[in-house]
Amino acid sequence: MTTEALQPAPGSVGLVSAQTAHFTEALPLRAGGALADYDLVFETYGTLNAERSNAVLVCHALSGSHHLAGRYDGQTRDSGWWNNLIGPGKPLDTDKFFVIGVNNLGGCFGSTGPASRNPATGEPWGAGFPFVTVEDWVDSQARLMDRLGIEQLAAVLGGSLGGMQALAWTLRYPERVRHGMVIAAASKLSTENIAFNEVARQAILTDPDFHGGDFYRHGIVPHRGLRLARMIGHITYLSDDAMAAKFGRKLRHDTPQYHFDVEFEIESYLRYQGDKFAGFFDANTYLLTTKALDYFDPAWDYEGNLEAALARAQADFFIASFTTDWRFSPARSRELAFALLHNGRRVSYAEIDSPAGHDSFLLDNPQYHGAMRAYFQNIEV
Amino acid sequence: MVTIGNTQRFDFEVIARWVSEGSRVLDLGCDDGSLIRHLERTRNTRGYGVEADTDRVVKSLQNGINVLQMNLEQGLSGFKDGEFDYVIMSLSLQAVRNTEGILAEMLRVGREAVVSFPNFGYWRHRVSINEGHMPVSESLPHQWYNTPNVRFFTMADFEQLCEMRGIRVLERAAFDDDRLIELEPNNYASVALYRLGRA
Repeated sequence: MTTEALQPAPGSVGLVSAQTAHFTEALPLRAGGALADYDLVFETYGTLNAERSNAVLVCHALSGSHHLAGRYDGQTRDSGWWNNLIGPGKPLDTDKFFVIGVNNLGGCFGSTGPASRNPATGEPWGAGFPFVTVEDWVDSQARLMDRLGIEQLAAVLGGSLGGMQALAWTLRYPERVRHGMVIAAASKLSTENIAFNEVARQAILTDPDFHGGDFYRHGIVPHRGLRLARMIGHITYLSDDAMAAKFGRKLRHDTPQYHFDVEFEIESYLRYQGDKFAGFFDANTYLLTTKALDYFDPAWDYEGNLEAALARAQADFFIASFTTDWRFSPARSRELAFALLHNGRRVSYAEIDSPAGHDSFLLDNPQYHGAMRAYFQNIEV
Repeated sequence: MVTIGNTQRFDFEVIARWVSEGSRVLDLGCDDGSLIRHLERTRNTRGYGVEADTDRVVKSLQNGINVLQMNLEQGLSGFKDGEFDYVIMSLSLQAVRNTEGILAEMLRVGREAVVSFPNFGYWRHRVSINEGHMPVSESLPHQWYNTPNVRFFTMADFEQLCEMRGIRVLERAAFDDDRLIELEPNNYASVALYRLGRA
């Protein structure tokens, strides 16, 4: 180990390692049935204070994981997906807060998921893995908080699908969350959003290598389907302007080749991203997660009345959206902020000017991070 | 929004007197959230600020107030009728294009409205016009070519509009710097404050 490994760079949480918590009490699921027992993989950063009042849970989106910040042994660079936000002196300051990242159930980064062994059959769950919802994830996360001795979270933070989990926390465990921080999210997906998810799912489901979800036993992965799904996703995470600025109509070669191989740079980018993703992500996890996105709608049980659905919440809220995000548009965040305001909740809403589309929530836009820093600074622990 | 003179905003004291204890308050164009914070501390109000500028939104968050980032020209359609006891617009009315619309919206969303604005009829401004130039003063600190203000009106103009639109003037205070002006305020006051009610 080098000295550099012992002395992390300023602002970095440095070397981290994941932990696993095993649960043997069955988790009832919203779709019916239960998970008899399961593992949750998680990471923590910073120190839980004596009052246990400084814990912040960060929920991940579609492709995220429990690895929020820092790096693993053997890595030369920080690899956490929200490394620019989380660390000593960063907007989510690990000198003040005890930060927790959890891989969701049904995931493919260590928590029990479709690739895990089904104890009933001894085989991978595959297509037999139960449907898990945002609410189920929140329930499982609450049990992990019990295990960690955290009765009340200072904040639950998430972007995109992670923001939906943050919102669900404030509704399922209103007394256990002081601040809900919902970034680039919505209280429900738009029709167009569900449509994009369905195209992505069809790409996977119709790949012959998918084998009805039981591809594990064939020793193969539905690479083509997963790749296509990711390519579609990537288009929707960016904005037209951002794509134009990054790739324009640049050609791979100087002159048009009139073939179906890579011609434009954007094609090269999408294929690269698709291949990379298909190389590590689980197709069943992708299917389950997009369905969890589609089903989430706290107002469902309130005849579509979001204001009534949010009446249970007791937390204060920070909502943020990005001007060019068309997958989770500012209008949806504004609607959420107003529904909270109508309920008398303390709520702040920032609409950040950013060209980068939905992906903006992962970038370190100074105004966005300035707003996050300011909000976190005023959270009492 | 225009800030006047030194950091101590004398109009805050008047607004704090007018706003009842524990009321619900909405401040349009809240800048760094100082007024909301002042009212929370002195009058125990429950407040929200509305601000379009991101840097000011961040300052408001630093000040620990509830702030909603929105452009006032889009109106207040997200707010419900009577959702607030007071809707306040401190020294911003002159910077909003749709004056009539915003006043009507303030009195829809609020039981009462509180507005303050620089009085264009202030005698120094009149002198300036007489001398052939648009006024530049503490209350109108910008040049004509870079001012954020888009509406220029006097206290008399404003009261005429209120009368025409059935808006009741419940209380009025006028100042020259921090000095209360009781006599001929349209001539001697640089800043005017009004507490307004529905007809």
